[in-house]
Amino acid sequence: MKLQRIGSAAAVLTVAALALTACGSDSPTAAATSGAASSGATAAAVSGTLTGSGASSQKSAMEAWKAGFEAENAGTMVQYSPDGSGAGRKAFLAGGAQFAGSDAYLKDEEIEASKSICGPDGAFNVPAYVSPIAVAFNLPGIETLNLDAPTIAKIFKLEITKWNDPAIAATNEGVTLPDTAITVVHRNDESGTTENFVDYLHTAAKDVWTYDVSGDWPKDLSSENAKGTSGVVATTTGTEGAITYADHSAVGKLGTVNVKVGSDFTKISPEAAAKGVEAATPVAGRSALDMSLDLKRDSTETGSYPIILVSYHVFCSSYKDQNTVDLVKAFGEYVLSDAGQKQAAESAGNAPLSTKMSETAIKSIEAIKVGS
Amino acid sequence: MTSNALRRQGSKGQAGDKIFSGAALGAGILILITLFAVAIFLLIQALPTFTANPALITGGEGFASYIFPIVIGTVIAASIALLIATPVGIAVALFISHYAPRKLAAGLGYVIDLLAAIPSVIYGAWGYLVLAPALVPSYQWLAENMGFIPLFGGPASQTGKTILTAGIVLAVMVLPIITSLSREIFLQTPKLHEEAALALGATRWEMITMSVLPFARPGIISAVMLGLGRALGETMAVALVLSTGGLIPSLIKSGNQTIAAEIALNFPEAFGLRLSELIAAGLVLFVITLAVNLIARAIIARHKEFSGAN
Repeated sequence: MKLQRIGSAAAVLTVAALALTACGSDSPTAAATSGAASSGATAAAVSGTLTGSGASSQKSAMEAWKAGFEAENAGTMVQYSPDGSGAGRKAFLAGGAQFAGSDAYLKDEEIEASKSICGPDGAFNVPAYVSPIAVAFNLPGIETLNLDAPTIAKIFKLEITKWNDPAIAATNEGVTLPDTAITVVHRNDESGTTENFVDYLHTAAKDVWTYDVSGDWPKDLSSENAKGTSGVVATTTGTEGAITYADHSAVGKLGTVNVKVGSDFTKISPEAAAKGVEAATPVAGRSALDMSLDLKRDSTETGSYPIILVSYHVFCSSYKDQNTVDLVKAFGEYVLSDAGQKQAAESAGNAPLSTKMSETAIKSIEAIKVGS
Repeated sequence: MTSNALRRQGSKGQAGDKIFSGAALGAGILILITLFAVAIFLLIQALPTFTANPALITGGEGFASYIFPIVIGTVIAASIALLIATPVGIAVALFISHYAPRKLAAGLGYVIDLLAAIPSVIYGAWGYLVLAPALVPSYQWLAENMGFIPLFGGPASQTGKTILTAGIVLAVMVLPIITSLSREIFLQTPKLHEEAALALGATRWEMITMSVLPFARPGIISAVMLGLGRALGETMAVALVLSTGGLIPSLIKSGNQTIAAEIALNFPEAFGLRLSELIAAGLVLFVITLAVNLIARAIIARHKEFSGAN
């Protein structure tokens, strides 16, 4: 019998295949090192390049703002690198970015540090992006459930393990709750969504939720998890009895929880979220321009939704040259304008700022001046 | 005239030789420099982690106790992947090289190679959207019937996003590497050895165990090591598939974490010390991979003389 030698052609492919196995990665370690504005001397009202860095939560909204702003102002360019809130603030304070996007407002010591590049009045925060966070669950046939904060906290703390638990039934008369096990799904990557959700539990149910507030889920609570908003939503959608928290725009056909505020239960909606932001109080001891907000997670005002993420834009109160000032003002005002907020809401599905709030914020931005 | 022609050829060849050996040397040096540069980068960036107050490290108990569980998790995931992919990969390669009809073999070879070209994020998406839910009933069965073995301790995950699922996805990802390399090696078995074995009355299977496998052993080990490299370093697929958590023995509960996925999940929002920690984790992975490769080299060197290649 003669031996046959078979299939000799694919050697090249083997090499090609191996070369393709590398996996994607992010940029290197340091914060964004984008240059300062190129003070273009063209004739348009505003021109030049505006560089920002910061929260990835604003990414899709920022793309909408960038497109809208550049279309309205020929000769301008906005660069935003979504490196994360911390990296963005760091880049801003180092002078590498002219504005930062951040899920947390600048702390007092960061404002102090900003004085070296922003002049004696330092930097200030204005809210730019509001997004309601839904508590979403997968129970066929049930679209909404009424829950109060302690019950939500107990569910996510794995103390309530069945959907027909008396604590859930108590606030949901008339709903037939199944005897299904509750599967908690949380984010396994660090995220502003986690931070805001945990902050809500920590404030509104402080007796139950005793963990520290951070962008990472508490390590002691081991349960199912997934990467990113799309990950938790997909996992929840695929698992009957699962519950998670995610950006409202992303929850798809999952049921959502009506959260107890005061004596009523508030259904999640952009309007209710905007109302929740209005209930927030300004942070004390800040400059007149600063609009940092202490969100009132335990508000009792009917119709406001307390689980919200507010992302800020951080600007200097003064910039070195007129051109930059004009550019920053034009962009900041565009973001806060009705058109800007609407555009972001369409593409990112977030909640537009209330008119009152954006008017105040625009006043702050108008006060930006040329400094030494 | 003959000698003239020879000399001319020789002088041409000398220039070519010099260029070629220079290029080869350059390539060799370049890869060493790259490796060295990566190592230096990792060391410098990771340094703050080792000098920092242990209480400030994630977990609050120093770097060793932070990195230990995820090192073990990485090893578990890679082991599962290799346990599945090695026998399957070798069997597929043998089928293509020695059993399949020529036409089928070529087609099959291309299809297997195609597996390597699929981006890892697609594997990850497939893993958590399709494979994980499909495995839930099997995991529940394992937990009920084999639960006395710690590896299958229940209660089983409701979502199927476990280290075993991640290992299976990794196995599919390393399969083309092991298959392609093994197949090429099997095809290079000296024809004379094979024919001699057959002439002595060996069956086809005996011929393979007597002549093909011994000849191919170093090549198979290399193939497995390349596969292991990918399994250890795979980032996105694990990050998407695995429901992370602390170190646990059970393979069918959510838990465990791998180094690459830990870095991918935390890198985007990390800065300061946390960033150094993650880079230090990368350094540990780098060292593990290097160690594994050195061990593999040693094994290959030891088996060379018995390989039948001489």
